Amino acid sequence: MTTQTNQATEIKSTTCYMCACRCGINVHLKNGEVKYIEGNPDHPLNKGVICAKGSSGIMKQYSPARLTQPLKRKANATRGEGKFEPITWDEAFDTLATRLKHIRETDPKKFGLFTGRDQMQALTGLFAKQFGTPNYAAHGGFCSVNMAAGMIYTIGGSFWEFGGPDLHHAKLFVMIGTAEDHHSNPLKIELGEFKRNGGRMIAINPVRTGYAAVADEWIPIRPGTDGALLLAITREIIEQGLYDRDFVVNYTNGPELVNMDPKSREYGMFLRFEVPLEEGCFDPQNKLWWDRELNKPISTHTPGADPFLTGEFKLKDGTPVKPSFQLLRERVESYTAEWAEGITGIPAATIKRLAHEMGITARDQKIELPIAWTDVWGNEHEHVVGNPVAFHAMRGLAAHSNGFQSIRALSILMSLLGTIDRPGGFRHKAPYPRPIPPCPKTPNKPEDVKPNTPLEGVPLGWPADPDDLFVDDKGEPVRIDKGFSWEYPLSVHGLMHNVITNAWRGDPYKLDTLLIFMANMAWNSSMNTSDVRDMLKDKDENGEYKIPFLVVCDAFHSEMTAFADLILPDTTYLERYDVMSMLDRPISEYDGPVDSVRIPILPVTGDCKPFQEVLIELGSRLKFPAFTDKDGKRKYRDYPDFIVNFETAPGSGIGFLSGWRGQNGQKTMRGEPNPNQWEQYAKNNCMHHHVMPKSYQYMRNWNAGYLQWAQSNGLTRHAEPINIHLYSEVLHKFRRAAQGISHGKQPPERLRKRVERFFDALPFYYEPLENEMINKQEFPLSALTQRPMAMYHSWDSQNAWLRQIHAHNYLHMHPSVGAKNGFDDGDWVWVESVHGRVRCQARFSQSVEPNTVWTWNAIGKASGAWALEKDANECQRGFLLNHIIGEELPNQPEGQHYSNSDPLTGQAAWFDVRVKVYRASDKEQGSTFPQFPTQPRYPGMAKPVGKWQTFIGGSGLFKNRFKGK
Amino acid sequence: MTQLALVIDLNVCVGCSACVTSCKEWNTSGEGGGGMVDMNPYGKDPTGTFFNRVQTFEVGEYPKTETVHFPKSCLHCEDPPCVPVCPTGASYKRKEDGIVLVDYDKCIGCKYCSWACPYGARELDAKQKVMKKCTLCVDRIYDTSLPEERRKPACVLACPTSARLFGDVHDPDSAVSVAIAERGGYQLQPEWGTRPANHYLPRRKNHANVDKEALHRIDNPLKKEEQRPAVSSELPSLDDFLF
Repeated sequence: MTTQTNQATEIKSTTCYMCACRCGINVHLKNGEVKYIEGNPDHPLNKGVICAKGSSGIMKQYSPARLTQPLKRKANATRGEGKFEPITWDEAFDTLATRLKHIRETDPKKFGLFTGRDQMQALTGLFAKQFGTPNYAAHGGFCSVNMAAGMIYTIGGSFWEFGGPDLHHAKLFVMIGTAEDHHSNPLKIELGEFKRNGGRMIAINPVRTGYAAVADEWIPIRPGTDGALLLAITREIIEQGLYDRDFVVNYTNGPELVNMDPKSREYGMFLRFEVPLEEGCFDPQNKLWWDRELNKPISTHTPGADPFLTGEFKLKDGTPVKPSFQLLRERVESYTAEWAEGITGIPAATIKRLAHEMGITARDQKIELPIAWTDVWGNEHEHVVGNPVAFHAMRGLAAHSNGFQSIRALSILMSLLGTIDRPGGFRHKAPYPRPIPPCPKTPNKPEDVKPNTPLEGVPLGWPADPDDLFVDDKGEPVRIDKGFSWEYPLSVHGLMHNVITNAWRGDPYKLDTLLIFMANMAWNSSMNTSDVRDMLKDKDENGEYKIPFLVVCDAFHSEMTAFADLILPDTTYLERYDVMSMLDRPISEYDGPVDSVRIPILPVTGDCKPFQEVLIELGSRLKFPAFTDKDGKRKYRDYPDFIVNFETAPGSGIGFLSGWRGQNGQKTMRGEPNPNQWEQYAKNNCMHHHVMPKSYQYMRNWNAGYLQWAQSNGLTRHAEPINIHLYSEVLHKFRRAAQGISHGKQPPERLRKRVERFFDALPFYYEPLENEMINKQEFPLSALTQRPMAMYHSWDSQNAWLRQIHAHNYLHMHPSVGAKNGFDDGDWVWVESVHGRVRCQARFSQSVEPNTVWTWNAIGKASGAWALEKDANECQRGFLLNHIIGEELPNQPEGQHYSNSDPLTGQAAWFDVRVKVYRASDKEQGSTFPQFPTQPRYPGMAKPVGKWQTFIGGSGLFKNRFKGK
Repeated sequence: MTQLALVIDLNVCVGCSACVTSCKEWNTSGEGGGGMVDMNPYGKDPTGTFFNRVQTFEVGEYPKTETVHFPKSCLHCEDPPCVPVCPTGASYKRKEDGIVLVDYDKCIGCKYCSWACPYGARELDAKQKVMKKCTLCVDRIYDTSLPEERRKPACVLACPTSARLFGDVHDPDSAVSVAIAERGGYQLQPEWGTRPANHYLPRRKNHANVDKEALHRIDNPLKKEEQRPAVSSELPSLDDFLF
C-alpha cells in the first residue's frame, strides 16, 4: 500500500527485518530517504506496535558498515586481514559458477551452504538440493532445535513460528528459561493484555530481567536443571491426580499398551493388532487399550471403551503389557520434589505448590467455548474445552545438552494438563500440527549424493527410525556436520556450529567451497571463536588453506567477512523482495495460515544484490533442473518471477505464497500461478491471512474438519490423528538398534552405549554432558548469555541509536561471587572455563541465582568490525563469552571428537559452560581480552562519520552516504 | 483546562526500549527542526540526545528481588521549575494543553532549566547547544491528516505492551484519569511541588492461591485406576451354608 500524505511524505508497507519477528511496518519516505518507520496497525502480527530495533531501521539502512560492492581478497593478503579489492558481479559470478560447476560435476558434497538466517530455507534448501549437496543447514542447530524437535517429536508442533501460548484465554502463564529471544512483539502484546486481564505469570529463570521482571513470581533455578524441575512437577501432578484424564485417554498414547516381555524382540514397542491398510508417516490406529469394564484389551478409541492408564496386564498369550502412562508414572516415581530441590535449588515445597497451582488452575478454571467440532473418530463435540495454563520456553531450555529430554518433559507436562491446541494453553500455527515426526526425510546413503544430480530427499528431514539416518555402511556420517548420523541422529536443523571445525580437520572429509550467508561464524555465531578464527585461516603442508574457498554473503562489515575470499554484498531488508513462505516458517496466527512478503521501498544501494538473486542466477548458470527448462535455458527472470511461477511439482498449485493464487487471484493455498500475486500482496499490507472457521481452530491434531481441510490444501499429506507421544516409540527404535535388537541400521560400536543411554522413550534427567567431563569444584559457576531486547545478535552495534543502549556488556553476578573470590563491583575479572579465559568487568546484581553469572550476547565486537572505530566500547569494554564455550566436548579420548551438543539433536549446548571468576591483576584492569588486530574498512564502504551525526529524514545526507565512495 | 500527559504502567513495562528509539526516530526529523544529535555515533563512548530513556534498577535482595524498568521523559509539570528560571523565555508551558516546550530559536543553551529540573529530563543538544526535551510529539497529536487513533506520541504507538497511555489528566473521564484513579497512579517526588502531569502506575502482584482442599476431590482420576481384583465364584462363600 502506498499513500501520499502532507509534506511530500510517501508511506510504503513492507515487513520488518530488524529481528526474526517479521512485523508489518509502514515506512515514511521523504525525498527518497527514510524518515520514519512505524508499526503497521493493519498487520495481524504486531497490530501497529514496533520495538526498539524496528524503530531504528533507519540507522541500519544508512549504517556506515554497509558493504556496497563485490570484493575479492587481495592476491597478496592473508585471510582474516580484511584486505580486499572490488570486482564486478560478472567476475564474481564467473568465479563462483566455474568453481561450483566443477564441484557439482565431481563431488557435490564438497560444496557447503550454511545460512545464519532460517526463514529463507525454502529457497536455500532448494538450491542445496538442486546442487546435490547434503551439506546445507541454517542456524537452527545452534539456536533452538531442541525446542523444535523436543516438541514436534512429542505433540506435533512447537513454540515460536509454529505455535505458542494462548495468553488471550490463559489464567496462569509459566515462562521457563530465557524466551525473550523469539516472537518478541506478539508476545509482548499478549503479555500486556494478559497482565491487564489479571492473569498470573510465573518466571522460572536463573536471571530476573526482561519479561521475568514483570512476572508475579520469580523462581530462580540453576541452569541446565529444568528437566529435573519439570519431571518433579510431572510426578506431583500424577500422584495428586491433577492430570486431565479425559485428555490423556483420548488424545495421547498414554493408555496404549506396551509390550513388557524382556525376552521379546518387541519389548518396549506398542502392541499392534493388525497391519495397517496404508503405510505412511502417521500413527496407524492399530494399537490396544486395556478396557476397565471388559477387563481385556480392546482396539483404541472403540466407542464406549474406557481404558486403564495405569496397571500391569497379561495378554492371553501371556505377554505382559502396561499402558505407556504407567511407564511414565514409574519413570517419574523417583523424581520427587525433594530430589529436584537438590538439583534445581528450588525448595521442594515450591515445586509441589507449582504443580498444585498448575493442576488446580487447569482443572477448576476450565474454559468452554461454544464451538462445535468433530473429532477424527466421528465424535461430535458441542464445545471446545480449554485448561487455561500456558507455557513458553525457548533457548533457556533448548541450549543445553540435556535440552531435548527436558523439552520432552515440558511437552508431556503440558499434555497431562490437557492444554494442547486448546484455549488458554498451547495453540498451533499452520502448517502445524504435522505427523510425529513430519514426513520429509533426508537421503539415507552416500550413493544418494551423485554428480550433476539433485539430492535424493531433502537436506534436512525428520528421522522416524534408524533406517532414515544418513550414514554409510559402517554407520559413519555423510554430512560434513555429521548431522543425521549416530552421533546426533535427530539433528533436524543440522549442526552449523561444527562445520568449520570439521572441514578444517577433514573429518569426515574436506570441503572445497563453503558459502556462508549472513552468519557471523568468525565471531558471535561460533563457539570457541578464537580457535575458529585460526581454523579459517589455517593452511595445510602445501600452503593451501584448509578450507580452500570461502564465500561470504552479508550486507555488513561483520567479523566473518574479513575471512572471505569472495564477498557478495547483500541488500538491506528495505531494498528487496522476500517471502515468509508457507513452505518454510510463515507468520501464521492461531486462527489460520498467514504468509507475508517484503517489497522493496528503496532502490538497491551501490552494487548490492539480494542473496535470493544470487541463488537464482547461480542456479540458472549451473543449469539446475528446477531453474532451467529442458533445453537448459533459464526459467526465471529473477526472484520475484521465481516466487510467482515456481510450483513444488508441475501443476501442484502449491508455491511459495499461499495468497491470491489462480489466474485471477481468487484461490487460496492452492491454485495456479498468478502473474499479479505481488501486486495483491502489496495492496494488502504485504501479507495474506486466511482465517479458518472457528470449528477448525482448536484440537487440530484430532479435528476431522481441520485435518481434511489441511489435506485438501496441501498442508499435510494424511488426515490422520496426531496423538501425543507421552511414550516415544520413535526414540525407542534407536535404542533397540543400539542394543542390537532390531534389524536395519546399527550404530558403530563406539556409539552404542551413547545411543542406548540417551534414546529413552521417556524423558529423564541427566547432567549437562560437559559437567561429567570437568572438575565441577574447579569451575563452580554456570555462565549464560541472553539477547537484549534492543539488539538482535551482532546486528546492531553498527546502529548509532541502538548502540547507545548497549555499547558494552558486563558480567552480572551475585555479590557473594565477588566476596568469595576477592573482587568488587566494577572490577575487571577473568572468566575461565576448561576451554580458556576472557577478561571483562564485573557487575553485582541481586537478580541472579548465586551459582550463575551472565552477560548480554554479542555486544562485544572485534576491533574495527562493523565499521566501528578501533577504540569503540564494543571492543575495549565489551566482551564475547563464546571464546570460552567449546564447540566440542573437552577431555575426549585421542582422535575422538564430539560436538558440545545435545546427543539426540545436535543442539549447541551454549548454556552448559561452567566457569570460575577471579580478579584480573591491577595491570589488566580497564580493558577486555582477547583483542584482535583492527579489522580495516573495505573498498566501497562509506567514509568514517566522525564525531557528530544528526539524522534528519529527507535531507538526503544519509542516502548519499554511499555515493562517491 | 486540558493537561496532556503520559501515564506509564510499570506493571507491564518489560524495558524493551521501543519508546526510546521510536521517540528518537520521530523527533529527530520532527517539525521542531534541528534534529537530535549523536556524538561519537560509531566511536568511543557514544552518546546523544534522547527525549526518553529507560532506566533499569533492582529493588530488594535475592531472591526477593524486583527488577524495575522505568521509562522517563519530561513530566510536563503543572508547576514546571524549568520555566521561571529561563532567562530568555524559551522554556514555556502551553496554556491550551499544558505541554512544556522549548523555543529553540530563543534558547541560548545556558542550562538553567536542566539544573532546575529535579527529574533530569532535559537534554542539551551538545552540537547545537540548544536544550531539548519531550514535546509529547506535539507535531503529530494534532495532525488531522493522521487517522484519529494514530494521533498519539510515537512512544505510545510503539509500546508493545501498551504500557504507555496518553491523554488529558484533567478530564476525569479520560482513560488516563481512570487508570490513575483505579490503579493508584502516582507522581514522581510530589514533595517538590512540581505537580508532574505524567503519572506512573505501580506494580501489582497476583499471588498463588492454592487451596489445599482442592487437592482432595471425589473425582480424582486416580480412583479410576483402582483395579478390582477379579474374584472367582468358585471360592467358598456364605452361599454354601445359608438357606
